[in-house]
Amino acid sequence: MPILQTTGLEKRFGGIVATNNVNLSVEKGARHALIGPNGAGKTTFINLLTGVLKPSSGRIALEGKDITDTSPHERVRLGMARTFQINQLFLDLTPLESVGLVVSERLGAGADWWRVVGTKSSVTEEIVEVIERFHLTDVMFDRVAVLPYGKQRLLEIALAFACRPHVLLLDEPAAGVPEAERHELLATIEALPQDVTVLLIEHDMDIVFSFADRISVLVNGALFVDGAPEEVAKDPRVKAVYLGEELDA
Amino acid sequence: MLTILFDGVAYGMLLFVLACGLSVTLGLMNFINLAHGAFAMAGGYCTVILVNRFGVPFALGLPLAFLVTALLGGLFERTLYIHVYARPHLDQVLFTIGLVFMAVAAVDYTMGSSQQFVQIPEALTGQINVFGIGMGKYRLLIIAICGLLTIALQLILTKTRFGSRLRAAVDDQRVARGLGINVGAVFGLTFAFGSGLAGLGGALGAEILGLDPTFPLKYMIYFLIVVTVGGTSSITGPFFASILLGIGDVAGKYYVPKLGAFVIYAIMIVVLIWRPQGLFARAAAK
Amino acid sequence: MANPALTSHVSDYLKRRARWSPLEIAFWIFAFATIWLFPSKHLILKDTAILALFAMSLDLILGYAGILSLGHAAFFGLAGYFAGLVAKYGFITEPVLALVAAGLVAAALGFVTSFLVLRGSDLTRLMVTLGVSLMLGEVANRYSNITGGADGLQGVEIEPVLGRFRFDLYGHNGYVYCLIVLFVCFVVARRVVYSPFGLSLRSVKGNSLRASAIGIPVKWRLVGIYTFAAGLAGIAGALLTQTTAFCSLDVFSLDRSADLLLVLIIGGTGYLYGGLIGAVIYKFLQDYIANLTPQYWQFWIGLVLVTIVLIGRERMRAWIETARSALENLWPRGFARPAKFAAPDGK
Repeated sequence: MPILQTTGLEKRFGGIVATNNVNLSVEKGARHALIGPNGAGKTTFINLLTGVLKPSSGRIALEGKDITDTSPHERVRLGMARTFQINQLFLDLTPLESVGLVVSERLGAGADWWRVVGTKSSVTEEIVEVIERFHLTDVMFDRVAVLPYGKQRLLEIALAFACRPHVLLLDEPAAGVPEAERHELLATIEALPQDVTVLLIEHDMDIVFSFADRISVLVNGALFVDGAPEEVAKDPRVKAVYLGEELDA
Repeated sequence: MLTILFDGVAYGMLLFVLACGLSVTLGLMNFINLAHGAFAMAGGYCTVILVNRFGVPFALGLPLAFLVTALLGGLFERTLYIHVYARPHLDQVLFTIGLVFMAVAAVDYTMGSSQQFVQIPEALTGQINVFGIGMGKYRLLIIAICGLLTIALQLILTKTRFGSRLRAAVDDQRVARGLGINVGAVFGLTFAFGSGLAGLGGALGAEILGLDPTFPLKYMIYFLIVVTVGGTSSITGPFFASILLGIGDVAGKYYVPKLGAFVIYAIMIVVLIWRPQGLFARAAAK
Repeated sequence: MANPALTSHVSDYLKRRARWSPLEIAFWIFAFATIWLFPSKHLILKDTAILALFAMSLDLILGYAGILSLGHAAFFGLAGYFAGLVAKYGFITEPVLALVAAGLVAAALGFVTSFLVLRGSDLTRLMVTLGVSLMLGEVANRYSNITGGADGLQGVEIEPVLGRFRFDLYGHNGYVYCLIVLFVCFVVARRVVYSPFGLSLRSVKGNSLRASAIGIPVKWRLVGIYTFAAGLAGIAGALLTQTTAFCSLDVFSLDRSADLLLVLIIGGTGYLYGGLIGAVIYKFLQDYIANLTPQYWQFWIGLVLVTIVLIGRERMRAWIETARSALENLWPRGFARPAKFAAPDGK
């Protein structure tokens, strides 16, 4: 049973069909990439998966459970987390506080109004673990707004990871990251545990082909091609769609 | 009951003329101008001074109120408001409340705190009988003037180039600018015009609404209700909202006098629960 | 697994941050000292304490949760009338009990209206909150046989607090009572603000999209803080009624809500002391101006508002930061700052 599955997922904005009858299956433990030209509707699709947008029709199932009508924060509790293409961070908080929020929430301590932050050792331990894993130790007390972009991007992923998701949706994680800081970012993504299923949206084909074990191609909101990387790389239709982009791994 | 309907419509149309400037300002620049009522007050007092003290005929007093207030609006916009456009809503609210306080106190100081009455011409006093309904002549005049203004506004918006520039700028400021539309000028003119209309409304309404220094505070809430319920993406929205509110208020005060404005607030809250973006808004609120 | 040294360092840092700073302790010592330092000013100090509590409660929703409200007076007024009525008709004669009950009533109203506030834009929120407040005013006016209408609630007699401390015309016991209540409420609010709940509020205000994307039930957090803030506002309102033995319709007015915003803009939002400091400055400003021009003080208040906004709160915050840094350089130990942790691998 696939861990994430959409059936006939559609999203219409007035006359525009942003997501067109998408039937996507993601297997447990997969490293699944979603690619497609600009404007193909990849981010819309992620927004549908996470509940930020309501579909016009179709169903979404997470671990066999229908989540089409579940609210975004509930989906996080059920095991799905995402990152944003453009950083969505808490600029006035510190990385420590940001990660702290996620961990507290997950461990059911997020609504505690009677005790000071930091007084629950189980929470604190886990926060530190995540901070260390994502190489944020040296900046954890600084305001997010003043962090270099690479660190912000790492934090972006750290927040989603701290949700301990079963399915992690990464929306162009390497976008805008300068060459010098890319290596750290990519190594961190590579080091994600095997039991976390990853659905990755990316433009950078080097990353896609080194990372993914399955690729789906989205064009004009519809699923175009879906298969193993070698098949997709050889498919002439995909080359035609990308027109001139390098597809050799 | 028909008299109540008639009075309510007159009241509603007056509210519309008063409030439509506010609606456009909010829709255009996403600017909450709580001082709008102060411009209406200015127009009212202007007419009072001109007609009562200088013997200017009423028919001239009205357009003069419009002009003076429009100029005042334009001046304030260029010198003061322009600094506050980009600020968060809280700052805009505080700024305009501050202006209202200053205006109210200034008028109290210069004109005294008692209610002012405009000397309306003989011809407009009393009622005429139309199909057995007693219609106040003054209220008939209000309906006539406001009705004409509404039609004129709708025509300007839909048939003129300025109108289409304005609608473009309301829809999406950035794109409008990108198309070469001078959004700043459009806004300045619109703000002045809207303030002028408010002034005209204040002058017209002095007789019915009561003109004293607390006018902006008393009626600001009504204008805001019109704008919130009617939405900011059209003229028709606030128009129907005003009529609804006008009839609701008059009927409410007649049938359940002790509860006074309760009816209006209840209507507003119910509408906003049902449709937070207002009854007629198309786009999502900013 | 987490580095245990780092973990305890982080834990210490977080706990240290929430500790009362010397400046805070000095503030409250001075606040209580005013009881003996300014015996002739107890009436105005009492009013200041009430206003401070009221403003602090608004700061919780405005500064921490980002909800723009012009109708906070609804909770103030409802609890005020409640406290007056239960005293007048003898339902609850012990003032502290009545105070708590009034706070709960206001919190209940807060809970019910919080759902209205969650929807729509800033303007919608402004209007709905204002509408509720004005509506309550109309209702109070309608049932003037109970509430006294425009004349206000008459014939209220307040029993001595805890059976011993009677309120007098000079406000002595009244001030002590209000100050203690303010302090207790402040301590609770401070705990909430430094708690995980409080932190989640700040995240909602900063980026509610991301907040829900990390599993925070945004709606319920906002309902929670709104209810709590309403309760505190209600306590402030009840304090006013109890110490003046009077309550009138102007508790629901737009003026009162607007004055509150002014207090917060003077004092600053988002750090809990803004309402307190702002209330002190506002009250003394009001007193000073009212002595100069009793009739037109509204003009000067308006001018202050306009000026503050034109200068810009950001610029003012920058000035305060400069002053704060200067103070810090003079007295480093007074301002706790986290030490940077040197990780063993030197990263």
